[in-house]
Amino acid sequence: MAPLTSRRLALSIVLLLAAFALSVAVCASLGSSRYTLFDLVRRSADEETARAMILRVRLPRILMAALAGAALGAAGAVFQAVLRNPLADPYILGVSGGAALGAFAVTALGLPALAPVLPVRETAAFLGAIATVAILFLLSSARGRIVSYPMLLIGVIMNTVYLSLILLIETVVEFSRLHGVRLWMIGTIPIEEYGLILWLSVVLVAGIVGLALYGRDLNLLSAGEEAARSLGVTVERTRVVTVVLASLVTAAVVSVVGPIGFVGLIVPHAARLLFGPDHRLLVPASAVTGAIFLMLADTAARTVMAPTEIPVGVVTALCGGPFFLWLYRRRAGGGYFE
Amino acid sequence: MSDAILAARGLLFSHPGATAPLFQGLSLAVTRGQFTGIIGPNGSGKTTLLMLLSGVVAPQAGEVCLDGRPVRSIHPRERARLVAVVFQESRMLFDFTVLEIALMGRAPHLRPFSLERPQDFAAARAALREMDLADREGKRLQELSSGERQRALIARALAQEPRIVLMDEPTAFLDLKHRLQIYEILKRLNREKGLTVVTTSHDLNLAARYGSRLLLLHHGRLAADGPPDAVLTPRLLREVYETEVLIERDPVTGAPFVVPIAPL
Repeated sequence: MAPLTSRRLALSIVLLLAAFALSVAVCASLGSSRYTLFDLVRRSADEETARAMILRVRLPRILMAALAGAALGAAGAVFQAVLRNPLADPYILGVSGGAALGAFAVTALGLPALAPVLPVRETAAFLGAIATVAILFLLSSARGRIVSYPMLLIGVIMNTVYLSLILLIETVVEFSRLHGVRLWMIGTIPIEEYGLILWLSVVLVAGIVGLALYGRDLNLLSAGEEAARSLGVTVERTRVVTVVLASLVTAAVVSVVGPIGFVGLIVPHAARLLFGPDHRLLVPASAVTGAIFLMLADTAARTVMAPTEIPVGVVTALCGGPFFLWLYRRRAGGGYFE
Repeated sequence: MSDAILAARGLLFSHPGATAPLFQGLSLAVTRGQFTGIIGPNGSGKTTLLMLLSGVVAPQAGEVCLDGRPVRSIHPRERARLVAVVFQESRMLFDFTVLEIALMGRAPHLRPFSLERPQDFAAARAALREMDLADREGKRLQELSSGERQRALIARALAQEPRIVLMDEPTAFLDLKHRLQIYEILKRLNREKGLTVVTTSHDLNLAARYGSRLLLLHHGRLAADGPPDAVLTPRLLREVYETEVLIERDPVTGAPFVVPIAPL
């Protein structure tokens, strides 16, 4: 892979955006009803139905999937670099689980009634995500350095605890208020208002651009913590800023779509193969690749067994689980863990 | 400006969780333009001393001054333009190429959030040529031999265009040829460009051959400090390394040559 130049950066971004637009068009043309994008321009008797189906039903869901995939892909790339663990991902680390618990707990308490004043669900999700990362950092540092191996174990434990807490709350609180919780827990893409989609896009684009701007620091961190320091990185600041931003984008989407697994694991590895390891390109590339991956996964989820829908989290877990095992075997053998 | 480019005064340092401090009031100075070797047995504090001198690690008390300024008060980016460190640990988390690794050395010269400029590519490639890696620039670190890998990391340090290079066991896992090669390159940069070089080493004879001054560490204290002839004496080495040695002459350079006889 040639080193990153402004030309290669620009070309790659254009290529990614073209692939993204193509994927949106393909996904918008697939569904249990047989309307395609062409029905939007062709004059026909059921033009109105086609328009409603594509613009009111499919497109918001596709865009929501794209946003979730973008956030999880970028967050995965960042967590892998900053925690120095190629098996890291917001789901495996428990960051998504923490966000889910936060969002779920306030929903169960009926707090979203305060929503006009404060984005309660999102804030609670963010606090859950940040608390998880703080615990990860605390428990996996030894002699002031981050040790990557115990991190996955800690993530597993945290996920189990979060799931138990969610199930406990669900048992205690009357069920009617929590309709759809089980589906949400494995990750499903809802059809949202364009207003929410717009609001989320602004938050996510800002967050992902912010993360990409720390790309060079993330590169240097992959040479080792002391090496990064000796090359002029203010490690603590880079860590705090990137972890907070990655948790923010994760929490923003988890509060809407639930904890979708493995996107943040698969996507950065695929993006690294295609675009190289330089985080200035890898972070935006993981975002767009993640958007495309989750759009396609969700389209598969709603079409494969149509009219029955599979939760998209099932699709990503079925792809991601085996991928994780394969990667673990390859990487553990390659001496990734100190 | 004084002769000391790096001066450590009253360093106190203990590793987290350690019962006794490693350094207790350690003071020393590194002379500008000198090739200094830090020697001492395992656990004597060589690596830690290097980290403290580089400013990467902070002492609990005392300070290291770089050209008279406390090194920890210099902004990390500016510090990285003055001091480069070559660590023993050479693994990269991801598959960066040799050129990308050399370009990392340009980071302290770049404005935040920017890409490398043509002059950065030129500096990185010059460093790779210096390390005889020009034809390897597209290889990933994992594809290189351990000697080439070590040279790639030294190239990254040279690309920083520092005034001081601190190296932790630069030749630890290298064979005879590559050991000599790396020390020859360092010696040349030291002579031709006035680069101040500090290396830790377990190989006393290499240290004696290339270093114009040796610091002998023993349990975190400076047991000796001076030219190789003054430091490599049977009495000092017996005390510090707990080994009976003979001191001969290196037939090529005339430097002292340590022949170990038996551990005590």
